[in-house]
Amino acid sequence: MLDYIHLKIKRQNGSRDFPRWEEFKVPYKPNMNVLSVLMEIRKKPVNANGEKTTPVVWDCSCLEEVCGACTMIINGNVRQACSALIDKMPQPITLEPLSKFPVVRDLKVDRELLFEHLKKVKAWVNIDGAFDLGPGPRVPERERRWMYEISRCMTCGCCYEACPNFNSRSSFIGPAPLAQVLRFNKHPIGAMTQEERMETIMGEGGITDCGNSQNCIEACPKNIPLTTAIAQLNRDTTIHGIKNWFRK
Amino acid sequence: MKVIVIGGGLAGLLSIIKAAEAGAEVDAFSLVPFKRSHSICAQGGINAALNTKGENDSIQQHFEDTIVGGDFLANQTPVKGMVEAAPGLIYAFDRMGVMFNRTSEGFIDLRMFGGVKNRRTAFAGATTGQQLLYALDEQVRKWVAAGKVKEYIGWEFLSAVIDDEGLCRGITAQDLNSMEIHAFPADAVILATGGEGMIYGKSTNSVICTGSAAGAVYQQGVSFANGEFVQFHPTAMPGDDKLRLMSEASRGEGGRIWTYKDGKPWYFLEEWYPAYGNLVPRDIASRAIYKVCVEMGLGVDGKNQVYLDLTHKDPEFLEVRLGGIMEIYRNFYGEDPVKVPMKIFPAPHYFMGGMYVDSNHMTDIPGLFAAGECDYMYHGANRLGANSLLSASYSGYICGPNAIKYMKGMKKSAADVPQSVFDRELTRQKDIAESIYRMDGIENPYVIHEELGEVMITDVGVVRYEKSLMRGDNKLQELMERFKNIGIHDTGRWANEVVPFVRQLWNMLQLARVITLGAFNRKESRGSHYMPDYPERNDDQWLKTTKAYWTESGPRFEYEDVDVSLLKPRARKYD
Repeated sequence: MLDYIHLKIKRQNGSRDFPRWEEFKVPYKPNMNVLSVLMEIRKKPVNANGEKTTPVVWDCSCLEEVCGACTMIINGNVRQACSALIDKMPQPITLEPLSKFPVVRDLKVDRELLFEHLKKVKAWVNIDGAFDLGPGPRVPERERRWMYEISRCMTCGCCYEACPNFNSRSSFIGPAPLAQVLRFNKHPIGAMTQEERMETIMGEGGITDCGNSQNCIEACPKNIPLTTAIAQLNRDTTIHGIKNWFRK
Repeated sequence: MKVIVIGGGLAGLLSIIKAAEAGAEVDAFSLVPFKRSHSICAQGGINAALNTKGENDSIQQHFEDTIVGGDFLANQTPVKGMVEAAPGLIYAFDRMGVMFNRTSEGFIDLRMFGGVKNRRTAFAGATTGQQLLYALDEQVRKWVAAGKVKEYIGWEFLSAVIDDEGLCRGITAQDLNSMEIHAFPADAVILATGGEGMIYGKSTNSVICTGSAAGAVYQQGVSFANGEFVQFHPTAMPGDDKLRLMSEASRGEGGRIWTYKDGKPWYFLEEWYPAYGNLVPRDIASRAIYKVCVEMGLGVDGKNQVYLDLTHKDPEFLEVRLGGIMEIYRNFYGEDPVKVPMKIFPAPHYFMGGMYVDSNHMTDIPGLFAAGECDYMYHGANRLGANSLLSASYSGYICGPNAIKYMKGMKKSAADVPQSVFDRELTRQKDIAESIYRMDGIENPYVIHEELGEVMITDVGVVRYEKSLMRGDNKLQELMERFKNIGIHDTGRWANEVVPFVRQLWNMLQLARVITLGAFNRKESRGSHYMPDYPERNDDQWLKTTKAYWTESGPRFEYEDVDVSLLKPRARKYD
């Protein structure tokens, strides 16, 4: 075992700056993860050549893989850095920012678009207001379980990074919001406004832009059944389309 | 009418929603997208006396459990208001689509939690905070789409703008990408900025929980109440970068704490506290684990750790009800809690103390409100598990409307305040930022922060000796001296993370002294504050709320009587 951890980090000062690689050697301790190594660099910002440098910039918050903030590309795979355990990875470890979102600085990217897409598909239950109207609808536990699975999506962007049909020039709404549409359409109250969501995903950049590569489900750190959800939505949109046709 | 809300956790988002519903325009500031706020880390559940398990649970019982759990330091009237509103809040969350676990009849299921004898905790697997946060985030997104709420994501609150009459008229904030600092006028400002776990270096908190916002307004005249009451969660995974929470729900669902004594498993909580067993309140469980490991030397493998054991439970049951924490333990420790007992130790977790607020959640500065963990209101000397999602939600729920009520009674709106008031504060903040940019000493701010954590955990931890608290405060003052000799390694004007951190660090150091000296002054043991030099609760002298005021030379303390109008203080017993 090496007595240091060897990192190669792709760094850039902004979205218009050229990226460059900088290497670091950080003293080894057991049970470290990528974030705790980056934190060590902050305490002594010196690169592998012994030159002083600026601390690496990255996003993080919860450090337990539930907030989704620290998503980056580690040894070529998109994942959260907090749960990337050093003892389980070959070295040198390469760190790169997500490639499909504008780089803010170093490993920090701008993922505002993910939230814009949730807005577009109206990913919410349209309640009248946050006040007490007594108990909500009863829900069978087996229904709740699959809706809960989808509602664990942390909007981290892994599925976007992995999806060949999404890039900065495509209008594809992406895998995660599609799964949310299904969840809200099947919720007893959410179902009351499902037509609005259906119209959105049947329009430009909607569900037909999915190329069925099934990369998203491989990349999802929470194992959300994205492809099953998209397949179900495909059927639902067909039925919705036929209904629309009869109404004409 | 313009309200500014700082913070995108449960308290902040409910403040936003309730203010928007009342017709106000809202500017919402958050360090991170709301979905990444720290409420997300809450696991076990949210308390409400729904009484759907045939156990004769009641609002009154929830009230008494909360007051006794808090060792009688919480003001009782506000707590009563909270527990009364709890069932209605759960129902509102339910309608928003929160995926609460269900009974076979489709009702919201309830589970056991610490310090209680009835099932009262509604839950969504072991990621209840996440599910509640997402539901509110979705509702706020609806308001954003409707143009009633404007988001400022990736902005940090720097200070309140206070006019010549002493009223809060807005804020200054910094865009953490462009590093620009601006002043924003508002008729009322709600701080919902969470706890300050980063003061302890490593804790169960997210790294954004620095308490910096509270520390900033403390230096502007807001008093900080009951700072010395810091909850150590008994069951967290020891770690290098973070102490990861293993929910109390694991014990609520039957998990047992044990270690080896004389070669045999010893279930010390069950032996010492037969009435509540593994479900004693957190302060008591943490002290017991501390005693077993540190004082008796009986930690597992000779380390500061004991077992939290779920291996006797059915794997499917565990997955449905505790899946979230099982996943965290597997991912970060590489062992399966279904097969092997988890190793845990107490970790700094929750701050019962916070900004002093009145019953409307307004701080000492008129127009400046506080809600959620950053206020001090509902938990007294110790918080019961699953009461934090409740207090965060409830305080936001009432704080939004209270701010509107205040605005409607104002003589003069923020729009009529002279620009010079805003310019003055803006200049002050720009000067502070520039002074940090100029720091070229030899100290590294992240190293000082690490040492701050060590001081706090060693000297202001689970057990507090008078001597150690004094030593701790001396070390804090040394760190404040060394702070002046910081050198920043990054002078960039774009997405610079060092400059904001240095500013946060100073605010953390300020609050660290409030916590430490507050503890030193309180010559008794109550709830989470345990001083072996004064092992008993002393109601004659200390049934009082601590209020710390900032002065140049350190915190000045005042004390205020506690509202005990509804339940007469009695001995707190769980054995």
